[in-house]
Amino acid sequence: MVINGEPHGPQKATTTCQLHLRHFSDGETITVEPFRAAAFGVVKDLVVDRGAFDRIIAAGGYVSAPTGAAPEAHATPVPKRNADRAFTAAACIGCGACVAACPNGSASLFLGAKITHLGELPQGQPERSDRVIRMVKTHDAEGFGGCTNTGECAVACPKEIPLDVISQLNRDYLAAVTHRR
Amino acid sequence: MASYSDYIVGAPLVDTAAPDGPIETRWERRRFGVKLVNPANKRKMKVIVVGTGLAGGSAAATLAELGYQVSSFCYQDSPRRAHSIAAQGGINAAKNYRGDGDSIHRLFYDTVKGGDFRSRESNVHRLAEISVQIIDQCVAQGVPFAREYGGLLDTRSFGGAQVSRTFYARGQTGQQLLLGAYQALERQIDAGGVTMYSRHEMLELIVVDGRARGIVARDLVTGETRSHLADAVVLASGGYGNVFYLSTNAKGCNVTASWRAHRKGALFANPCYTQIHPTCIPVSGDHQSKLTLMSESLRNDGRVWVPQKAGDSRAPRDIPEAERDYFLERQYPAFGNLVPRDIASRAAKNVCDAGRGVGPTGLGVYLDFADAIGRLGRPAVAAKYGNLFQMYQRITGEDPYEVPMRIFPAVHYTMGGLWVDYDLQSSIPGLFVVGEANFSDHGANRLGASALMQGLADGYFVLPNTIGDYLARGVEPVAADAPEVREAEAAVAGRVEKLLSIDGDRTVDSFHRELGHLMWDHCGMERTAEGLHKALERIPELRREFWQSVKVPGSAATLNQSLEKAGRVADFLELGELMCLDALHREESCGGHFRAESQTEDHEAARKDDEFSYVAAWEFTGQGSAPVLHKEDLHFEYVTPSQRSYK
Repeated sequence: MVINGEPHGPQKATTTCQLHLRHFSDGETITVEPFRAAAFGVVKDLVVDRGAFDRIIAAGGYVSAPTGAAPEAHATPVPKRNADRAFTAAACIGCGACVAACPNGSASLFLGAKITHLGELPQGQPERSDRVIRMVKTHDAEGFGGCTNTGECAVACPKEIPLDVISQLNRDYLAAVTHRR
Repeated sequence: MASYSDYIVGAPLVDTAAPDGPIETRWERRRFGVKLVNPANKRKMKVIVVGTGLAGGSAAATLAELGYQVSSFCYQDSPRRAHSIAAQGGINAAKNYRGDGDSIHRLFYDTVKGGDFRSRESNVHRLAEISVQIIDQCVAQGVPFAREYGGLLDTRSFGGAQVSRTFYARGQTGQQLLLGAYQALERQIDAGGVTMYSRHEMLELIVVDGRARGIVARDLVTGETRSHLADAVVLASGGYGNVFYLSTNAKGCNVTASWRAHRKGALFANPCYTQIHPTCIPVSGDHQSKLTLMSESLRNDGRVWVPQKAGDSRAPRDIPEAERDYFLERQYPAFGNLVPRDIASRAAKNVCDAGRGVGPTGLGVYLDFADAIGRLGRPAVAAKYGNLFQMYQRITGEDPYEVPMRIFPAVHYTMGGLWVDYDLQSSIPGLFVVGEANFSDHGANRLGASALMQGLADGYFVLPNTIGDYLARGVEPVAADAPEVREAEAAVAGRVEKLLSIDGDRTVDSFHRELGHLMWDHCGMERTAEGLHKALERIPELRREFWQSVKVPGSAATLNQSLEKAGRVADFLELGELMCLDALHREESCGGHFRAESQTEDHEAARKDDEFSYVAAWEFTGQGSAPVLHKEDLHFEYVTPSQRSYK
């Protein structure tokens, strides 16, 4: 939720459920609100509907690997640099603070995180172009706004997803729409 | 009227559907033995999966890939919020990438021994076999496991094992594995194979002609209650640790789906086997609503100690080496800080009982990283455990790089659950149970990094094979207005109405907290006949008070979290009694079940294999009426039961 105007409150890299009252002063008035965004309808009180995130993932946020069809895990080494970057992006918990913080109500940080996670790994390559095109299309259709590089999302993110996942998203999207065969 | 501690011994369970013969080929032979459903028929068959954690998410995705029509239910707002997400440490697999002597047989052996010889050999061997496929599957899905500089997968060691077989993704292995399963599930939702019902809670099982045929679920947003019918039902609804009120489980975790099935005839096995995890952040006061786990992986580099002198209140850094007691290293030199969870927890309890506990409540021990930081340097420690240290600091306000962590055991996992055969089918035909919700693989104590392994083994690889055998034999259609369906719907409506109409003066939480205290005091880390009798006297009273004086505000026609909680606590109030009865009847100590009356000279758990080498599967006969105990004898052909030694 939004606490004193900030998604997840004032503590850096901390979700609301991990925020302790010792960070506020005695007698202070605390303002709480739901995450506000066109694409997140309020269900009741502080509860919002984040189902749009699930639909964005359903539009390609996966590697098609049917159960049982997997090759031996060590068949494809992944350089540690790539594995680490994929992990940093995969740390996204899908809370939606990035959307609530964005003046445009954009989910670009959430979307960029999944694009970066899967795009950084060899397993994610075969579907890379189709993935970004479909996911961006769904993102826009769900009513999330466009990114104008405000950067509020990365500041609000409790998992410290870096802003460069949005650059990655834009690069992948551009490559996909211009070079798609 | 039956007294609270009565039970009736019923017919033993003899058919577990497991093939015999050499253990290495049992699973292969079972897979060959199952009847197959042809692809055109699969499309006509419907399966309901309740729960979207590792077991439920992976099962729903795989069943849909196979061609079945799947309906998936979760009470959370998104399937990705299932509690599997909170698992930190890792997942075991017998890959032997380290060449340190690991093998399928060793993982099998460690797991049977770790479970204190109270699990089925056939099931555990299958689990060890499948473990290697799980890692392949997850890597193919893009799960970002930790890797070494050469690009290969990294592993670490974990409690109860002397080999390095635990794969991990920093401190969020559960989250990453769940995202893998969730993404596979979303892919099937997109493809039309799965219909997803988020924010839906299963409140009743529909049984027609003795077979599970559907569920009654409440839409938690609109309050609408309706039945959903299918050819088979899979429960993947997790464990029941929240019966203790304070646990490391998410606040929403509950036993309702399992308990409703139990009331409809599914046997509940070994309910008293609960796991108390040794490394949790200590309780800070009465206001607290949940506890936080610190991954067991911390015991790889952290050293557990307390002051030698009782009542020593000096700051930890002011206590010289010679006046510290590294009690796990002292008592268990071979395994040291890596002894299994049940042993580490009890050892911590014993030093605290002796007055040597630390922190404001005296219920805590130190987990100290000073040596590791000295040996490896702060950056290396931060790379391995950084996010855990950060989490600890956030909650306690103390910096573990400077001051040792304080930890204490807390309820974490439940080994007991609905009884299932080798095919993961419960005693109700057509009702399958996977993951923590079943009792199958961990015996009386689960080893670290084995829960994720079991959840995914059940969901990806076991259930999708075995459920076909049931479906292939043909299931008659059932009418939407069959009397059994109407009856189940009416039962749910009546219950909801009753909860809202009591309008008493006591909150749901206060009942839950009292039950939790009773369970922790009498059915927690140490159990005695005296204490269990006390709990068995008080719980039925408490249940009566609940149904007379609980206050549930709001209405049924809208999102009402108080109502949801009330239904769950009502079921915990019945389960708690069965747990105490099971603990009372099992007059031995084994794994996480420690009866003070049954211990060795040096206070280790003393098993009684002659009397208790069986699974206790309980049959419900009505509230307040004596349940029937069905025993399934355990046979050990490959691992000889012995006194567990980690010295």
